[in-house]
Amino acid sequence: MPRLSATARHRVAFTLNGRPVSLEAEPRLLATDALRHGLGATGTHVGCEHGVCGACTIQIDGAPARACLTLAVQLEGRDVRTVEGLSPAADRLSVMQAAFRRHHALQCGFCTAGILISLDAFLREQPHPTEDELREVVGGHLCRCTGYTPIIRAALEAAAQLLDAPPLPEPAHV
Amino acid sequence: MKPAAFDYIRAGDLSEALDALARHGSDARIIAGGQSLLPMLNMRLAKPTVLIDVMAIPGLDKVRRAGDAIIVPAGVRQAALMRRPELSAEQPLLAAALPWLGHYQTRARGTVCGSAAHADPSAEIPLCLVALDGEIRLRSRRKSRTVKAGDFFAGMMVTDKADDELIEAVVFPVARPGTGHAFKEVARRHGDFAIVGCAAVVTADAIHLAVAGVADKPERRSFPLLDGSALSDALNAFAWDLDARDDFHATARLRRDLVRSLGRDTIAEALSCRA
Amino acid sequence: MRPETISWTGQSVERVEDAALLTGRGRFIDDLGVRPGTLHAAILRSPHAHADILSIDSTAAAAMPGVAAIVTGRDLARLTTPMVAGLKVAVENWPMAVERVRYVGEPVAIVVAQDRYLAEDALDAIEIEYAPRPCVVDPLASLGADAPVLHDKAGANLVSDRCFRYGEPEAAFAQAAHRLEVSIAYPRNTGAPMETFGVVADYDPHEDAYEILANFQGPFSIHAVMARCLKVPGNRLRLRMPPDSGGSFGVKQGVAPYAVLIGVAARLARAPVKWIEDRLEHLSAAVAATNRVTTLKAAVTSEGRITALDWDQVEDCGAYPRAPEPATLYRMHGNMTGAYDIANLAIRNRVVLTNKAPTGLVRGFGGPQVYYALERLMQRIAVTLGLDPLAVIRANLIQRGQFPYRTASGALYDSGDYAKAIDLAVADGRLAELERRRNEARAAGRRYGIGFAAAVEPSVSNMGYITSVLTAAERQKAGPKNGAQATATVSLDPVGSVSVHVASVPQGQGHRTVLAQVVADVFGLSREAISVVVDLDTGKDAWSIASGNYSSRFAAAVAGTAHLAATRLRDKLAAIAASQLDVAPAQIGFAGGAVFATGDATKTLPFGRVAALSHWSPALLPDGVDQAIRETAFWTPPELAAPTEDDQVNSSLCHGFIFDMAGVEVDVDTGKVRIDRYVTMHDCGRVLHPGMVEGQIRGGFAQALGATFYEELAYAYDGAFLTGTFADYLLPTATETPDIAILHIETPSPFTPLGAKGVGEGNCMSTPVCLANAVADAIGVAELDLPLTPARIAALVAAAEPARPASDGGRAAELGAARPGDRTLRGEGQAKVAATPEAIWAMLLDAEQLASIIPGCHGVRKLSETHFKADVTLGVGPVKGRYKAEIRLSDLDGPKAATLTGSVSGALGTGGGSGRVILSAGEDGLTVISYSYEAAVGGKVAAIGGRLLDGAAKAIIAQFFAALARKAAPAGARTGFFARLLGRRG
Repeated sequence: MPRLSATARHRVAFTLNGRPVSLEAEPRLLATDALRHGLGATGTHVGCEHGVCGACTIQIDGAPARACLTLAVQLEGRDVRTVEGLSPAADRLSVMQAAFRRHHALQCGFCTAGILISLDAFLREQPHPTEDELREVVGGHLCRCTGYTPIIRAALEAAAQLLDAPPLPEPAHV
Repeated sequence: MKPAAFDYIRAGDLSEALDALARHGSDARIIAGGQSLLPMLNMRLAKPTVLIDVMAIPGLDKVRRAGDAIIVPAGVRQAALMRRPELSAEQPLLAAALPWLGHYQTRARGTVCGSAAHADPSAEIPLCLVALDGEIRLRSRRKSRTVKAGDFFAGMMVTDKADDELIEAVVFPVARPGTGHAFKEVARRHGDFAIVGCAAVVTADAIHLAVAGVADKPERRSFPLLDGSALSDALNAFAWDLDARDDFHATARLRRDLVRSLGRDTIAEALSCRA
Repeated sequence: MRPETISWTGQSVERVEDAALLTGRGRFIDDLGVRPGTLHAAILRSPHAHADILSIDSTAAAAMPGVAAIVTGRDLARLTTPMVAGLKVAVENWPMAVERVRYVGEPVAIVVAQDRYLAEDALDAIEIEYAPRPCVVDPLASLGADAPVLHDKAGANLVSDRCFRYGEPEAAFAQAAHRLEVSIAYPRNTGAPMETFGVVADYDPHEDAYEILANFQGPFSIHAVMARCLKVPGNRLRLRMPPDSGGSFGVKQGVAPYAVLIGVAARLARAPVKWIEDRLEHLSAAVAATNRVTTLKAAVTSEGRITALDWDQVEDCGAYPRAPEPATLYRMHGNMTGAYDIANLAIRNRVVLTNKAPTGLVRGFGGPQVYYALERLMQRIAVTLGLDPLAVIRANLIQRGQFPYRTASGALYDSGDYAKAIDLAVADGRLAELERRRNEARAAGRRYGIGFAAAVEPSVSNMGYITSVLTAAERQKAGPKNGAQATATVSLDPVGSVSVHVASVPQGQGHRTVLAQVVADVFGLSREAISVVVDLDTGKDAWSIASGNYSSRFAAAVAGTAHLAATRLRDKLAAIAASQLDVAPAQIGFAGGAVFATGDATKTLPFGRVAALSHWSPALLPDGVDQAIRETAFWTPPELAAPTEDDQVNSSLCHGFIFDMAGVEVDVDTGKVRIDRYVTMHDCGRVLHPGMVEGQIRGGFAQALGATFYEELAYAYDGAFLTGTFADYLLPTATETPDIAILHIETPSPFTPLGAKGVGEGNCMSTPVCLANAVADAIGVAELDLPLTPARIAALVAAAEPARPASDGGRAAELGAARPGDRTLRGEGQAKVAATPEAIWAMLLDAEQLASIIPGCHGVRKLSETHFKADVTLGVGPVKGRYKAEIRLSDLDGPKAATLTGSVSGALGTGGGSGRVILSAGEDGLTVISYSYEAAVGGKVAAIGGRLLDGAAKAIIAQFFAALARKAAPAGARTGFFARLLGRRG
């Protein structure tokens, strides 16, 4: 039975955005700290460290997970995806990222990575989302800047584009 | 907000987990989905010296059907149970309650048994277990035993589980024909712990109503098929009997009011969908 | 072909900031690298609201692995002076407790270690002995003669009391047909940016200089406060801000005391030190908006025309009046008559201190507190006089022809057409439809209400307004303060490309995008050609005290100043091009990347060639042009003068207008409110980027929604802080935040370079009261305080409660119902033990026996017959902590009754309580032990585990009696005994 001692560092190996990575971690090292400071993947942000704000949401084997409620040692052998792995190329944006930019669905951008990761996971499960479903998914995140509606609009439009459907008409005021 | 140090044991099979529990007792905690445990570790509310991860144990991640029982082992995540295609037919109450449990993101990690072990008095899984008269299967090096949900939950985060025991599985009964089920809850925001949660099971001759968020554990009462003022009286007695308290999010009075109003609505819905 | 001018300003272009933020390449403070050898700090904080620090023992902590230094208040006091405050009172504003703590969460010690984990390990090992003092959390109670005084030298908690009088308020009240008033207790809330504070500090002992990186947002008047506190001249405090900041909403002004603390920690640790605040620290001690008790009176004619207002405001700044406080109280000083033409005005402003965290900038900054009272009053006037609420608003509005309008207290409203804005909102926002929906809902027995709010949104603060807290004589002595210096630099490099720098440090407001638009238009370039840098370094960049990103000053002041700098540079380039092309400078145009002579298509030069000329060929510069390489503009509006002799002050430069209306439905069963429709009309002058303006409005609305229904930084009567996590301090999410209808009219400001006004804070001012007015309309109540929680609303609409069934035991007093904020845990219970009362009595008085009964006890020391000390491990479920406990027995009536009083303290917090135990002989040789207790818990566990406490107290007390029973009668334990012991009411 593998037992990792509290006081030693242990090698943890997993796949990060398609590439094999490894780092040395004490059992108590949080996945947030491992990704950000161990591997330099600083796109995943830390907002509360108690699992409520959602800023640190990553994908583990395709499912969303709060990285602050995950130990680095729990990533062993897993397939991990972070915001750095969402765009198709270094100088391009994904369909969802581009929709966020068009709709001003971010301001300070601190919470954005987590929301993109959740939407990415959810749209794979449910490619035909309703607005209510998207509100529930985004409801697992706190954003203090946008008032959420631009995020929902961006997500609806991106979902439609991903289905190769025409984009929604521009929303009118009132 | 970083956890205190602990050893980490990734149990390869159930026996390893039970050995570690037997050895470390109250100094050890089981980690499954980690959605309740990790916040407590990060805040250092809990400082176990050993964590025993049960998620690598083969076979614990599959829901099983055995006769009239839906057996949910320790490794089953909430989202996995929710996605079970036959769940709404097998046990409509559970299907109705699961979407209220936390958020999409926490359900993807959190386990069903972990929620039972955490025993938050507002939580949906314990409420459903109590409402349905479900069971908790406990296992230790010493023995295996099965406890009725009503006897398992003892108070705020306190259960009948001994320090060397782990929850091997929780068991929900399959819905019987002619039974109606309904679930309702009121929370400050969607996904928050319920101010009051109600689960109703109505059979041909009885109403069972379980309430979360009021007493220090989910509580269930059973009545004959009352209606009108008789039902109001029964709900009022139940509401007072739960000894509601004021806290930061709601008053005792609102909680009693919700047991009366939400309880009645939940029963009405269960009656209306009795098949 | 003649190049065309492209106008970027005013378009909703995509933001230049977004690609990096969307792909995880943002550069927030915790994303930046640090020097090798940088250490990490963790801060130990007070569990007490008010206590003397008797001793701090850090011996064990200092010896722990990786610990480099431990800093206490004494170290701090040795190396710094207290922070300067805006008030002239004898209060020492230390950034960390020195000798005494005054609020829960106040820093008490800093551990510097190799990493944050090790630093937090050592925190748990620091032992501090406190002597608790009585505390006060309520601002009115704090005014009482018997209230505990926070700062002895100040002599009282009332640290400022000023009365202002404009016009003839007494006469107006004497002559009024009606005199109405509202009383408001506005709660504490905060901006809660998603990124917390962060500081990386380094100290050079040879130069006695600090270099500090912090996600500070300004105002940079606070730089002077920090430098003075650190006892260095301003040029020895080099403050740098990272390129990205994860939201602020005013709050990141509050990182300043931590910049000092971490600076001192770096000095003592002799290494760079980094500190990233965690969320619990942030909620408990970062920055709160002030809570305020307001009584607002109006003199009103029968037609609803207000002839005078009389304000009495009691402002609660928490434990220290930390600069720039009491600015929250004075920011609105020119705007106390809101959107209304009211000539007579009386104001009494008092500032009190209480045992709560210090306050500071939070979006809206004083506006929410003022408009909540003013617009509730407008609704009360309508209801009381039987008038239409909208008619009362309209009857009092400042009219179009009155601008620029001088308010009674001195603000100069720049522009507006309030009546037209309201007419448009009523029409385009479809008020008639809302009224129809209200009629239908009410006919069906549902509770539907409509609310309105009109608000003037000030922006670009006058740095002199805060001096209104001083008397005219005190101001004279200190020297007049005024203005709002903004600065921007535009530079041209040797290939002629354009860079812009401003001292504004945005936290998500898209400054780089808007500045590129504005400057591109000046030079006739594409916006992509302009590079904008917004991170700021006080060691080498242009800045002044008003620099920073607050009081919604970007569009009105900073963008205008960048326009000014670019225009100056363009005029020089025009002179250069004119001399090159041999035409008059007035003929020169800039468009499409070219500089050309209007009317002569042959005379055109590439922009880059003209722009690079000063670098390569200064000999070709025409007379009168020194260089066209870099222009730094400073701009301050002449309208922002110092307060006058008679206390008039133009507290802000710009005054936008907002008119909101909302339809809501209240569920009487749950007390929850559903927003049916929300309409918000804005006049923010010229709109520079419609998409960002909409973003500001939506974001402000969402924060206001939180303030209305969900958010409160709550304290118990004993000073315990109750909302330390995002599970208790509730921010609205996507499932709570509805879409809103946004309307605009534009009346450009004549006072700003681009005609723009601020727009970032308005809905924080208008929305809470608009929604409260709608709820009040729905349920027909006069008094309504925030937040409008389900419990609060349900209590207002609830009918008499069905009685407790008679068979339920006829319990007399209901447990747990006490005054608001009372977190006392109360309980009672009974246990039967198979032993005589005498045997049990003997056990209670025996230290060794007690040691085996007290749950988790590691040994009892007997100090006297009735006084014991113990080390105990207490917990419920997985939540466990080690505490030092003290137990006293009193009111002894052996072997019948005793009172046990105990207190515990440990890393998770403190607790204290007392219980009366009564022993009576029962049947079968059993003794019946009856007990009742009251307990209170404070510190960390109260802030983050409030829901746990009742259960924990019950469980621990049950454990105590279970152990007592086992000990007294080891063979007597029977099945079900434990369950009976727990008792239904235990």
